[in-house]
Amino acid sequence: MGAREVNILEHELVPQHVLLSKEEAARLLKRMGISKRQLPWIFSSDPVAKAIGAKPGDVVMVVRRSPTAGVSVAFRVVVRG
Amino acid sequence: MSALQFEETKTIGAIKFGVLSPDLIRTYSVTQIVIPETYDEEGIPIRGGPMDRRLGTVEPGVRCETCGNFISLCPGHFGHIELARPVVHPLFAKHIYLLLRATCRVCGRLMLPQEEIERARRRAKRLEERWPLLKYKFGESVAKKAAKNTACPHCQAQQYKIRFEKPYTFYEEREGGSAMLRPTEIRDRLERIPNEDLEALGLDPHSARPEWMVLTVLPVPPITVRPTITLESGMRSEDDITHKLVDLLRINQRLKESIEEGAPQLVIDDLWSLLQYHVATLFDNELPGIPPARHRSGRPLRTLAQRLRGKEGRFRGSLAGKRVDFSARTVISPDPKLSIDEVGVPLDVAKVLVVPERVTPWNLEEMKELVKRGPLEYPGANYIVRPDGGRIDLRFVKDRDALAETLKPGYIVERHLRDGDIVLFNRQPSLHRMSVMAHKVKVLPYKTFRLNLLVCPPYNADFDGDEMNLHAPQSEEARAEALTLMLVHEQILSPRYGAPIIGGLHDYVTGAYLLTRKGTILDKKRAALLLLEAGFEGPMPEPAILKPGPYWTGKQLVSAVLDKSFSFEGKASVCRKCEVCLRELCPYDAYVVVRSGELLVGALDKNTVASQVPHTLLHEYVRKLGNERGRELLDGLYKAFILYLDLYGFTMGIDSLDIPPEVTKEVGSIMSAAEAEVEKLIAMAARGELEPLPGRTLEDTLEQRIMEVLSRARDRAGELASRYVGMLKEAVIMARTGARANMLNITQMVAMLGQQSLRGERIKRGFTGRVLPHFKWGDVGPRARGFVYSSFRGGLKPTEFFFHAMAGREGLVDTAVRTAQSGYMYRRLANALQDLYVAYDGSVRTSEGFVVQFRYGEDGVDPAKSDHGAAVNVDDIIREVLARRSGG
Repeated sequence: MGAREVNILEHELVPQHVLLSKEEAARLLKRMGISKRQLPWIFSSDPVAKAIGAKPGDVVMVVRRSPTAGVSVAFRVVVRG
Repeated sequence: MSALQFEETKTIGAIKFGVLSPDLIRTYSVTQIVIPETYDEEGIPIRGGPMDRRLGTVEPGVRCETCGNFISLCPGHFGHIELARPVVHPLFAKHIYLLLRATCRVCGRLMLPQEEIERARRRAKRLEERWPLLKYKFGESVAKKAAKNTACPHCQAQQYKIRFEKPYTFYEEREGGSAMLRPTEIRDRLERIPNEDLEALGLDPHSARPEWMVLTVLPVPPITVRPTITLESGMRSEDDITHKLVDLLRINQRLKESIEEGAPQLVIDDLWSLLQYHVATLFDNELPGIPPARHRSGRPLRTLAQRLRGKEGRFRGSLAGKRVDFSARTVISPDPKLSIDEVGVPLDVAKVLVVPERVTPWNLEEMKELVKRGPLEYPGANYIVRPDGGRIDLRFVKDRDALAETLKPGYIVERHLRDGDIVLFNRQPSLHRMSVMAHKVKVLPYKTFRLNLLVCPPYNADFDGDEMNLHAPQSEEARAEALTLMLVHEQILSPRYGAPIIGGLHDYVTGAYLLTRKGTILDKKRAALLLLEAGFEGPMPEPAILKPGPYWTGKQLVSAVLDKSFSFEGKASVCRKCEVCLRELCPYDAYVVVRSGELLVGALDKNTVASQVPHTLLHEYVRKLGNERGRELLDGLYKAFILYLDLYGFTMGIDSLDIPPEVTKEVGSIMSAAEAEVEKLIAMAARGELEPLPGRTLEDTLEQRIMEVLSRARDRAGELASRYVGMLKEAVIMARTGARANMLNITQMVAMLGQQSLRGERIKRGFTGRVLPHFKWGDVGPRARGFVYSSFRGGLKPTEFFFHAMAGREGLVDTAVRTAQSGYMYRRLANALQDLYVAYDGSVRTSEGFVVQFRYGEDGVDPAKSDHGAAVNVDDIIREVLARRSGG
């Protein structure tokens, strides 16, 4: 296969990922009453994490299409890996 | 309470597993064990033998020689055996193998460059802080990497390949051939591994030096874990582990003597390997590759690993396996007259299960009466608990009347179970929460638990010998919780389907249809009887027919029972799926309309009264009016359905399947046409004229074409035949209303069975070239490959019967295999998910607070309260609002 560059963020199977600011992340954690490591994880080596430039410790908002709710929002913390 | 009194002195902060060192084993030991004998002639334990009194005591009245306590307080004490020669610990053999390969045979260093060892050490240390379990996995990968080296990077020594022969033998493949590594040699090598290198392998050298995995000293478990059993005959019988220890000691002694006498190496090696065998089987008697040690009777010994392992082992059997008091188990049988909230409890059970009831000024007289009646007379009592905690067993009280008079408020009377008590009822496998529900007791004669048929679906129960369990909660809190959360009628709507799981099946559906279909009219006597059964109170509704006398329709009776605020609209199961639905005007009465509690049109059937079907009349009734009213409907109306079925005299005879002889003839002609077509296909294939389908061989193509032709012909024949079995026939009523069976089953009874198949193909295995000896070689026609022309009604030919049995057996095997597999899958899933919970903010979390879902099910909807999964049904709401508007 040729090394054609593909922007994975535009692929239809890749849900929308948004990097949260420090303040937004802190607010989320406060609202849920949890520490960062209790969020679901995403590896910093994950192609999407790399594409949006997420670093370990960042929190990413994932907006997915859901068969039950239409749109569902999840948050993942970036971990080394 | 026993005399044991403990004070909390320490709390457990952490548990660490390691390998016992020889020094530690000797430190723990109270004595060395050398003599391979248990008791002397007088039956006194031999000092220095495996039953040494210093190891603890199991005989009543004998003090332990170590701690001076009697049985109840002596915890038992370890001894030790000094092994004449070291042996491999069989359960560590895998680790030894890995370490031997990963380290140098000469200098003992881990065979990786120094800097790599350093890196691995640091990494292992980091992992230990955060992911202790990962450390071992990591250590293993380091060892595997080191094992790849053929020469030591530290001393350059050439390495040999090490071969591990299960379960505990090691060989080194040298140039001259392979040589066995004796445990002494293995131990020497493991001793040479430096502590630092072990850390790189993820091992903690302070609690697990590898040379400790080769045993030089063996701990002897205390007598308390291997007690002697004294039979009534006075015969003493030793525990399997004691037997094993005796064998082991005998060989150990012989080996020691042989070495001291300077016996030939060959003899010593023989005894050595025998010692190794005994030590190995002491730990685990089911090691692969060696014969299990056996008792004199030939029964394999149950040694240490066998005590812990498996379903009946210490973990699954003793620790995780809970046994409970205040419970009962017996066969179940049906009782349609009970409420769905009730359970029939045999009198014998009610006299054993008790409920503690506190004596108060208000129930004092009643309690006195119960005590007077005692444990044998039914509403009585079995025990009294005094305020000081003393228990009085009423079985042994001579003058109960006098005792009853001493009863005062504050006493607790453990009285017999009686009507109205709350109990939990359960049927295994307990797969969902409706497998345990709270019922109200109804004490009945005979010996079975009785339950209403409508609660069969949640328990998945039938009455072919099923047994169920009953538990009597003992505290007011437990009863209150059971009553509000677990009572049967609280469980009508299942969170599994978003539909009722409690509801009518089989006869309930048939009865509902027969009662409510067009043309059912009832005279005054029957109508009154049915209304009474349904729990209706009040004046009889106006009869629908006045001449020649007062008659009521079935629909009127249903309307009398339904709540006046209730409205419903929906298609019945008998619906013919017409192209244009005439709705209320349906000629088949298959469109059900309820307005303000009046059943206007439509016959009730599976789509209105059954369980496990969403959007039924029952479902909406429970949703709109609540569980309590739902229960009233199920207890009342549904009972009337059954009663009507009784009055009607519903039965199915052979004449239910009669079809005109011309039709049978026509079925025959359809089949001969199909047969001719099949023959044509076979001939075409033989001539090579058949065009293979893409991606298939010629044979495959022929098979498929034949199957197509036959199944089409069967369908046509079936359709033809079923057209002549009118709606008036009982079998068809059951199939169309969804009570039981379907139209295919009916065509199999009246027209023909059709193709029998194995693994989705026509039956082709059996004799060479043919399935049964009744056919010609190479015959691939329908009859020879399992096509059954006969109907159940007409009777099968012997070969057809055999084919049918083959397919039937496959079905049975499939079911058995499927339930086993899916059961295990479900068990793993349930174990993985059991600690998840929905937090107050609607998120799903683990017990450690990790977020699994940010909103339960992503939409936060409770499926039991949902509209078959969806949060709301917009159409339904619109209809409701419109109806309210037009109403007023």
